[in-house]
Amino acid sequence: MYRLLLLLYPSSFRAEYGEEMCRDFARNRQQASGFFALAVLWMVAIGDAIRNGLAAHCDLLRQDVRYASRTIRRAPGFAATVVLVAALGIGATTAVFTVADYVLVRPLPYLHSERLVRMWEARPGYLQMELSPPNYLDWKAMATSFEVMAAYAPWSTSMVGQGEPIQVEGANLAADLLPMLGIAPAMGRWFTVDDERSAGVVILGYGLWASRFGGRMDAIGEKILLDGDAHTIIGVMPPEFSFPQRRAQVWRPLRFRPADLTNRNNNYLGAIARRKPGVSLEQARQEMRLISARLATQYPKENSALSATVANLRDQVSLQSRTLVMALLAASVCVLLIACTNLANLLLVRALSRQKELAVRASLGAGRERLVRQLLTESLLLAGLGGALGIAGANAALPLLVRLVPTSLPMANPSIDGRVLLFAVAITVATGLAFGVLPSLRACRDGASGLREGSRSGVGGRKERLRSALVVAEVSLSVALLITSGLLIRALWRLHAIDPGFQQAGVLTLRTALPTPKYEKVVQREAFYQRVLSGVRALPGVQSAGFTSFLPIVMRGGVWAVDIAGQNQQRSENHTASMRFITPGYFPAMGIPLKLGRGVEESDGATALPVAVVSESFVQRYWPGQNAIGRSFQIASGTRTIVGVAGNVRVRGLEAPSEPQVYLSYRQMRDGNLVWYAPKDLAVRTTVNPTSLTAAIRAIIHDADPQQPISDVQTLTEIVESNTASRRVQARVLGAFAAIAFLLAAVGIHGLLSFSVSQRTQEIGVRMALGAKSGQILSLILGESSRLAIAGAVLGAGLGYGAGRAMQSLLAGLDPEDAATFATAMALAVTMTLAGSLIPTVRAVRVDPAVAVRAE
Amino acid sequence: MNSREIEIEDLLPLPEATFHILMAVAEDDRHGYAIIQEVATRTDGMLKLSPGTLYRSIQRMLEQGLIQETAERPAPELDDERRRYYRITSFGRAVARAEARRLAQLVKLARESGFVPGRA
Repeated sequence: MYRLLLLLYPSSFRAEYGEEMCRDFARNRQQASGFFALAVLWMVAIGDAIRNGLAAHCDLLRQDVRYASRTIRRAPGFAATVVLVAALGIGATTAVFTVADYVLVRPLPYLHSERLVRMWEARPGYLQMELSPPNYLDWKAMATSFEVMAAYAPWSTSMVGQGEPIQVEGANLAADLLPMLGIAPAMGRWFTVDDERSAGVVILGYGLWASRFGGRMDAIGEKILLDGDAHTIIGVMPPEFSFPQRRAQVWRPLRFRPADLTNRNNNYLGAIARRKPGVSLEQARQEMRLISARLATQYPKENSALSATVANLRDQVSLQSRTLVMALLAASVCVLLIACTNLANLLLVRALSRQKELAVRASLGAGRERLVRQLLTESLLLAGLGGALGIAGANAALPLLVRLVPTSLPMANPSIDGRVLLFAVAITVATGLAFGVLPSLRACRDGASGLREGSRSGVGGRKERLRSALVVAEVSLSVALLITSGLLIRALWRLHAIDPGFQQAGVLTLRTALPTPKYEKVVQREAFYQRVLSGVRALPGVQSAGFTSFLPIVMRGGVWAVDIAGQNQQRSENHTASMRFITPGYFPAMGIPLKLGRGVEESDGATALPVAVVSESFVQRYWPGQNAIGRSFQIASGTRTIVGVAGNVRVRGLEAPSEPQVYLSYRQMRDGNLVWYAPKDLAVRTTVNPTSLTAAIRAIIHDADPQQPISDVQTLTEIVESNTASRRVQARVLGAFAAIAFLLAAVGIHGLLSFSVSQRTQEIGVRMALGAKSGQILSLILGESSRLAIAGAVLGAGLGYGAGRAMQSLLAGLDPEDAATFATAMALAVTMTLAGSLIPTVRAVRVDPAVAVRAE
Repeated sequence: MNSREIEIEDLLPLPEATFHILMAVAEDDRHGYAIIQEVATRTDGMLKLSPGTLYRSIQRMLEQGLIQETAERPAPELDDERRRYYRITSFGRAVARAEARRLAQLVKLARESGFVPGRA
């Protein structure tokens, strides 16, 4: 019994005094008479064991830490390398796993989020279309698989009255949406069904409330102007809430106008539903298929080809983001592996050099357990330092990594995940133990041989092969990383070489989203454009200026069906064009070339002939090889006559193919019709630094309408770059991983070769004494390291090939077998290995045979 | 082990248990259990060292060089062969004397402050 208590003591202590303590205790027990005395004896013994056992452990720990820090101080270079290597491995893995956890694993922060689904209308060729209000209401009424179904529509509004007018992003939400997500307002209340009927209530995001209302509690109940209408603030959401995208800061009830309730072709609603418990995703899909079929017979004209797409809300991460995160995971695991390999190498070498010290201590009576404890403390100390440094690094890298996360994910401020950290630290420590403690132990087990004069155990044979294998592993992993990051960089270059169809340099853009009903009439808007454009054009340094409905890349939709009289069109074929209303001056401001005819002019007024300027791709599709000027077509229920042909523009960005473009006159819109398409994006071409004009242009707009908010001020170059921003981040992150891996591998290889050369000094000396030339020695050692390098490079090329194929969706059409990338990566690796072995080799050649042979 | 590096002053003030143990082995070599009993007798049962405290103290005192294990055995009829006997070292005596001086000094100061009754 008492022996069990003794387990609380360190075993070295137990071995020393356990027997006597047992005997003392036995004697005390004999003297204790009666139950009470015995109980007291035991209580005292237990208390004693806990207190002194702990204290004895602390004594040892103090001793070991003292010893370890002395060892570390004696070889600071070694300790720094180990700490750095461990930090890189732990830091990289921790940061990436944290992001991956958010993107791929962590359940969404909503109530019963595992049963939440996203719903779309599906038509042939388009599986994920927004819902039209009548279809949404029918689905909601008919479906029985769901507890709730709620729709939302993105909303962007101008807020006036709280400081400078601003444009705020948000959404219109069905009343049941917030209760379904289960996120209560931080203050105030949710929407009710009554709010859906009466206009004028709004819930604010925490950030907006804090910045514009000073975080005042009495902001609830206050009235604010949104798009010119008064809205009462009824609630403030908690800081971490962001829906449907990360920038959203205002929400109001979703309301339908009577016209919305009949138009089944007006698709603009997002829909989320929660499955009833026990209803599987497949069952829900089946029911939605039945409902779609019923609606198709009811509304054959609009719904004939319509069905529904139902998918788990959690899975709404695009394939690209998924691939990217997987690639990063793989990269970070590579870095961790390389770091571990490196640690292994460092510690193996170290263990060998410490064999004698340990053997001496063992023969002086230090128990095996005592030595293990000692080494453990040392490894843990180094791993702890590395871990701390790693966390700091991961923390610093997180903001960069978060930019890789799709904005649709509700992810406020990611913080380092404890589990991930633990995992990384555990791996590092395990490596430290496996390669640092075990070899040392083996060394002290055969302590005698360790002490034998001139013993050279551990060099040559198995350990040499193990170290070579480690080097090959390091080289191959770093080559694989070099290849993948090289592929990403090449893909980026390719994209940058693509002509967007406009001249991006020297152009300032901004948005003035004109609120309705103030600007519902065309004449009201015309007056605004005239004042702004004439003012801006008069500024020194401005070459031209013009408005458009939406700038390319910024807004990729706005696509309408095109009808051409006399051309028999198949429904299955894609006859659409992206439609924009523009003011004169837009083409020169953007630098879009006019190929034929003229652009939109002031004379294209409401009573004049409705005109259109189309892109070359438009002409190519409908009248290939012919002159399109003077021909007419139908778009957005109006007939337009072509007066000019412009160059093609990459409306959908550099990566995706774009629809043909149609430009219409801003004066040829009908009042209250297509208000969303009213020109709002201003482009100004300048001969000076475009951002230097921002203040002047703001003042002009303020003069024209003091209540008009201005948003999205950016240069055209910034817009184009934002199009490839995520790619640049990807390339940078993966590039950083590759660089780290490369560095680690270089350190590892250099360390290994230095060690093996120094261990072979005697052999080299003998060879030289026997007449070997230094050239021969040189080629002996270099030959060895280049064999390792080539083996690693070939293996790495194989790995890189597999990785490249797996991440093809990130490569923008680049061939994953890109020869230049592979060749560069492999050449780099071989060069690195050879460079790493150069210094030790030169040292070997300089060996004086006499000294070397005498050394031992 | 590394007693030579340790100065007497580094060890003062001595933990109470350590001082008692030194006093217990001042005249005779004793084994662990005997030390516990001796300390209890000297203090009229006021201080009963627990085994944990005792052996932890002994371990540290051995390291510090205050006591040593002895190879000599008392008369066979008194000896328990499985036990280890401890003997004070000259360094241990010096430390104990220094501690006693420190305590005496302390008592003298206390007396001047009127804290100690009796001969003033």
